[in-house]
Amino acid sequence: MNIVVLVKQVPDTYSERKLSDSDHTLDRDATDAVLDEINERAVEAALQLKEANGGEVTVVTIGPDRATDAIRKALSMGADKAVHLSDEAIHGSCAVQTAKALAKVISTAVGAPGEGFDLVLAGNEASDGRAGAVPAMVADVLGLPALTHAREITVSGSSVSVKRETDDGVTHLTAELPAVVSVGEKINEPRYPSFKGIMAAKKKPVTTLSLADAGIDASEVGIANALTSVTSSQPKPPKSAGEKIEDEGDAGAKIAAFLVSQKLI
Amino acid sequence: MAEVLVLVDHVEGEIKKVSYELLTAARALGEPAAVVVGPAGTAGKLSDGLKAHGAAKIYVAETDSTDFLSPEVSVLESLIGSVNPAAVLIGVSADGKEIAGRVAVRTNSALLGDVVGVSGGDAVGVTHSVFGGAYIAEAKANTEHPVITVRPGSVEIEPVDGAGVEESVQVGAASGRSAAVTSREPITGGDRPELTEASVVVSGGRGVGSADDFALVEGLADSLGAAVGASRAAVDSGYYPHQFQVGQTGKTVSPQLYIALGISGAIQHRAGMQTSKTIIAVNKDAEAPIFEIADFGVVGDLFKVAPQLKDEIAKRKS
Repeated sequence: MNIVVLVKQVPDTYSERKLSDSDHTLDRDATDAVLDEINERAVEAALQLKEANGGEVTVVTIGPDRATDAIRKALSMGADKAVHLSDEAIHGSCAVQTAKALAKVISTAVGAPGEGFDLVLAGNEASDGRAGAVPAMVADVLGLPALTHAREITVSGSSVSVKRETDDGVTHLTAELPAVVSVGEKINEPRYPSFKGIMAAKKKPVTTLSLADAGIDASEVGIANALTSVTSSQPKPPKSAGEKIEDEGDAGAKIAAFLVSQKLI
Repeated sequence: MAEVLVLVDHVEGEIKKVSYELLTAARALGEPAAVVVGPAGTAGKLSDGLKAHGAAKIYVAETDSTDFLSPEVSVLESLIGSVNPAAVLIGVSADGKEIAGRVAVRTNSALLGDVVGVSGGDAVGVTHSVFGGAYIAEAKANTEHPVITVRPGSVEIEPVDGAGVEESVQVGAASGRSAAVTSREPITGGDRPELTEASVVVSGGRGVGSADDFALVEGLADSLGAAVGASRAAVDSGYYPHQFQVGQTGKTVSPQLYIALGISGAIQHRAGMQTSKTIIAVNKDAEAPIFEIADFGVVGDLFKVAPQLKDEIAKRKS
């Protein structure tokens, strides 16, 4: 089965993240960028399905040139090829535009559902923008079922089943292929790229597309055409430290007294 | 006045508090109209509560479909077409975000995700708390009928009577294929409040040291009627289940009181709790970054401090 994996390069959550002053978008130069942790799990899930069922794994990403690093990581883990939509005009696109653009890139560069691919895999939620619904939105545009937040994926014959795990409980879902599946944190432990994998990745094909190549009109993307606009952003003044004491055997009582003074108990 | 559609969040006939928060928030934009999608009889159980929280209308879409989230999506899509609402409000949850995204992409509506406030005016405006509360951003919709997901706990409920006129809505055939639900296992949360809805949260970190010792965290939480949380370090060490993780890769909480036991306070964790109104921290390490944001910090052994605090609370209650 042929699998498309959607990946995204995000700022490292362990580094400080900033919004740019000029247009309130993420200041990507100010932060360390990494392949989103959840994407590595999506890549791992794709590789496991490929190992069991054969086929090809294609990585698809939209983002600035720097996203090449995220692509290389996925390829060195074992993905076969990559498609990268890189165009300045994409900057500042909203979630709806992004979902539509991803669907377009998949159909033009990989092929129609059922012909070019059988399954689209993605992380359930990027750590930088928590719309948290792009995989389901892409599925909706492609007219495919979305099986999200997968903890387990089972492909048997022409159908895919997922154990969906969220804060609200577990739901068992099933659908006929082709389909879109997003994976949760518990799906697997992603493999480390081997030295051989890293060397091989350098020779794997990466197709870089412009908007025109992907058949996307510039009016369909970008900050000027986005369906939402950020009008202002400001760092919240950091919470300042209050009282700090060393425990001298009565700290529990002192906390209780503090809570009483704040009318919290 | 334009209607504002509020998707009612419910589990087996029990309403979720966020639905009332949405009805309150909706009044800033127009006339709240509740949308109930569920098996036959669901709306009957919920209508009194919805009326008491200002629902002028209640759209009732009863269905036994096993299609996953598609009934909600198609009902909202068709209501957007027929009533052209000022906005659609949905509570933030895994399902809520997914429904919102699908409705927005189908109706070409602005998607404003995970907001903490909404405002009316020429365009619908929202407030986001980004990067775990490190930034406040204002955003607006550039389309009609924006779809907005609102973070639970960010709006204070103001009950007000509404007419609650019921109108039944057909669940249309799904466009495109849908996943089917074969079975569900709802989480049995026990007696503790839900983490994101709790007004007090007690969390443990690596300093708790073991899964068994998390009983200490639970004991203190229960004395306060609090939810229990855990840092990523504690979850990764297997001390506590993942669904209770607070932080950038877990849940974002904003309770009245947050007590951090044995949590160092890495950015990763702070991103999930730094908007809490009052923060208490207990940690052995005087240099732990958690103290930078704690209203009251104790440098000490949590195994001595927490039991004493629990006793003091018990004393004050009796």
